[in-house]
Amino acid sequence: MTSELAPRPSTPAQAQGRLQARLLGKAGALGRRRWVDYAFIGAFLLLLVITATVSDVFFTQRNLSNLGRQAVTNGLLSLGMLVVVLTGGIDLSVGSVVALAAIMVSGLSKGGMPLLLAILICLVVGAVAGAVNGLFIARFKLQPFIVTLATMGAIRGLVFVYSDTPITPTDPAFRAVLGAGFVGPFPVSALIMLACYPIVWFFINRARAGRAIVAIGGNEEAVRLAGINVSWHILLAYMISGLFSALAGVMLASRLGIAQPSVGSGFELDAIAAVVIGGAALGGGGGGGSVFGTLAGVLALGMIDNLLNLFNVQSYYQQIFKGLIILVAVLWRRKQ
Amino acid sequence: MLAMRGIHKSFDGTQALRGVDFSANRGEVHAIVGENGAGKSTLMKILSGAIARDVGEIMLDGAPADVSTPFAAHRLGIRAVYQEFSLVPHLTVAENILLGQMPPSRVPGCVDWNEAHRRAEEILHTIGFVGIDVRSVVRRLSVSHQQMVEIAKAAAVRPTIMILDEPSAVLSQEELNRLFALVRQLKQEGTLVLYISHRLDEVYEIADRITVLKDGQLVGTVQPLTADQGQLIRMMVGRSLGEIFPSRQPPCDEVALEVKGLGREGSFSDVSFSLHRGEVLGMSGLVGSGRTQVVRCIFGADPSDRGELFLNGQRVHPRSPREAVNEGIALLTEDRKRDGLVLICSIRDNASLASFEWLSRWGVIHRRRQAAEVQQKVKELDIRPPMIDRLARQLSGGNQQKLVLAKWLMTRARVLILDEPTRGVDVATKVAIYQLISDLAADGIGILLVSSELPEILGLSDRALVMREGRVVAEFTRAEASEEKLLAAAAGVRQ
Repeated sequence: MTSELAPRPSTPAQAQGRLQARLLGKAGALGRRRWVDYAFIGAFLLLLVITATVSDVFFTQRNLSNLGRQAVTNGLLSLGMLVVVLTGGIDLSVGSVVALAAIMVSGLSKGGMPLLLAILICLVVGAVAGAVNGLFIARFKLQPFIVTLATMGAIRGLVFVYSDTPITPTDPAFRAVLGAGFVGPFPVSALIMLACYPIVWFFINRARAGRAIVAIGGNEEAVRLAGINVSWHILLAYMISGLFSALAGVMLASRLGIAQPSVGSGFELDAIAAVVIGGAALGGGGGGGSVFGTLAGVLALGMIDNLLNLFNVQSYYQQIFKGLIILVAVLWRRKQ
Repeated sequence: MLAMRGIHKSFDGTQALRGVDFSANRGEVHAIVGENGAGKSTLMKILSGAIARDVGEIMLDGAPADVSTPFAAHRLGIRAVYQEFSLVPHLTVAENILLGQMPPSRVPGCVDWNEAHRRAEEILHTIGFVGIDVRSVVRRLSVSHQQMVEIAKAAAVRPTIMILDEPSAVLSQEELNRLFALVRQLKQEGTLVLYISHRLDEVYEIADRITVLKDGQLVGTVQPLTADQGQLIRMMVGRSLGEIFPSRQPPCDEVALEVKGLGREGSFSDVSFSLHRGEVLGMSGLVGSGRTQVVRCIFGADPSDRGELFLNGQRVHPRSPREAVNEGIALLTEDRKRDGLVLICSIRDNASLASFEWLSRWGVIHRRRQAAEVQQKVKELDIRPPMIDRLARQLSGGNQQKLVLAKWLMTRARVLILDEPTRGVDVATKVAIYQLISDLAADGIGILLVSSELPEILGLSDRALVMREGRVVAEFTRAEASEEKLLAAAAGVRQ
C-alpha cells in the first residue's frame, strides 16, 4: 500500500529530509502562528460549547447583543493598548481618558453643542492626552509606566474638576443610535468597535508607520539607525491609544445614558489582559502581539464576564477568576 | 582525559551534530574550527551543560561525566565563555566576578565591599588583566572589556576545562596578547583549554591541536606544525577557496565624501580624510581608538562638536541618522544584534527598514514592490533560507549579517560605511562579503571599511587610515601598507 502512496521508493533519510523541508517551509509561511494560538482558539470554542449546554439563556439574541455591547469599551481600549504595547510601552491612563471623554461628550451636548461636534472634540482631547503621554515618553525618555501612571491620576482629577456630579446627555439621538441602536440583529456600537479591528490590522501590517512601531518594540536603536524618526512613532502610538480611549468613553456614555466622573477606573487592567491573552509580550518589545489575537482576548474576557453574570456569581469572584485566567494565559504562552 | 563519543544533537529536525567523537587532553590548548553552523558551539554547549545531547557519552578521566546542567558541569570544573555574554549589566565588575560568592561582612546579610573589591582586583591581577576598575558598572564598559571580565570570571575558579567560544571577536591585539598569556598559564596548570575561533592566525599561534568540524561531523584533528592554513580551510569548507580577496578596480578621482576637522569632545579630534567614488578606504586601529565614534558622527548617530562634511562637494550636516540616510549615507554598525537587526521582525521588514519611505505611497507600504525588492536582495546576497517571512532571529549569524547588508543596499546609498562587516561570520560568508564590497566599489560607491582584521584592510582597501587615541595618525596607499606598518602606527611605535 505504501509504495502506491509514495511517488517512488526512497531511503528513509531522503524521505525525512523532504518532510523536514516541507514542514520548515510551512512554518515559514505561517510565520508567527504557534500551537498556542490554535490551543487558545480550541479553548475558546470549548468554552462556547460548555456554555451552550449549561445555560439556555446564553445563546439568545438578547444576551449575545448585550455581550457585544459590553465588549465595546474593552474592545476599543485594547486596540489602543496593543499599539502601545507593540512599541514596548504601556498605557495606564486609558481609564481616565474614558471618563474624560464620557463626561465631556455629555456635558458639551447638554450645553447645546451639536452631537457630532461634541464627539469630535472629545476624540481630539483624547488624542491630545495621548500626545502628552507620548511627549514625555518619546522626547524626554521617561518610563511609560511612570508617565501614564501620573497622567492617569492627573486626568482623573481633571474629570472631577469638569464635573463632580454625573451628567446625563440630553440629545436623544446619542442614546438611541450609538448606545442602543441596531442594524438588523447587530448593535451599532459593536459594529463600530469591530470595524476598528481591520483598520488597526491594516495600520500595523501594511502602513509604514505601523511597521515602524512594531520594529521599535523589537529594537529601538536599530530603527533609529535605519533613519526612522523613533520619537514621532512612539508619540503616534500613544495618540492612537488616547484616541481609542476617548472613542470608548463616548460609546460608554451612550450605552449607559449617564456619565459618572468615576467611570473607567480599572479599565486599563482589562485592556492589558486582552492584549496579553492575545499574545503580546509586555515590556522588552511587544513581540507576538496580534490584532485578532487581541480581539479573541477581548471576546474571551467579555464572555467570561457575561457567563459569570448569567450564573449569578458575585462580581468580586469574577475579578478573582479573571485574574487567574490572565495568569494562566500568560504562563501558558511562556511555556513555549 | 576528555572523551566525547557518538554525540548527536538535533534542533527542530535539523541535525546540528551527527556522531561526533572528540577527545582532548589535560594541559592542552585544543582549537575547534569550522564554518558557522558546523556545530562547534553546539558541541561546546553540550559539554558545559547549557544544552542536552540526544545521544552519545561523555567521559572525564575514564568515568562518565554528568553534564546535564550548567551547575553539574561547574562542579566538574567545566567553565565556558560564550559569544553571548552572561554578565549582569547593571552590577559592578567585582559583583560579576564574584557572583554568588560575595564575601559577607560582620553585619549579617551585608557584603564586605572592601574585601570584595580587593578579591576581584586580585583575580584580575593574577590573570594579567589590568586597567579595569572593579567598581565600574559592567554596562558602562566597552564590549572588549566586558569580554575580559567574562573571561576573568571563568578563569577565576581555576577550571579543569575552560571553553572559549570566539573570545577574540571583540578584543584588540593588546588584549588578545593578554588573553593568550592567560591561556598559556592555564595550560601550564593543567587546564584543558578548548578554543573556538574563526581567526586562523590566532588558532595557529595558540593551539596545540586543531579539530575541524563541518556540517555537524568531525572532519579531522591536525597539528598546526603539519597542516597549513590552506589545508585547514579546505577541510572546513570542503573545497579550495582560491583567492579569498577579489581583485580590485582602481577608484575614480571624484570625491564622494570629504571630512574636515571632525571632532567630538572626549572621543576624537581633528579627523580629516576624503573618500573617493569607487574606493575602499580602510580604517584600522585598536579597539577604543575612536574609529566607531568617528563613523557614528558622520552618520549623525552621535552629535559632533566641530568639523565639516562634504558629500559630492556639497556641505552637509546630518544631525540624525534619518538625515544621513536621506543624504545617501549608510552605516553598518559593528554589533548586528544590538543595533543592526530587529530580531522579532521578518527578513522582509528588516531588509526594508531603512527604505520604508520610497517603498510606500501615502504612508502605506507597497507590498508587492517591497517583496520584489527584498527577494532580489535576498537572491543577490544568497541569504538562506530565501524565505522573506522568516524572522531575523531564525537566521544563522552569517545570514543575519547579510541581512543587515541587504538593508543598507536597499537604500541605494552612495557612501557605505561598514563597521566590522565580517565580525563573527564564517569563512564562506566572509568571502561573499569581500566579493560584494569589491562589486559595490566597482559600481562607484565609496566604501569606508572599519575593521580590526588587518588582512581584511590590506586585502580590500585602496588606501588605509590608522587611528590611535582619537586621531588619524597614518595613511598608507595599497602598495605601502603592510601588517607591520599598520600595527606599529596603531600601537604608536616608531619605526
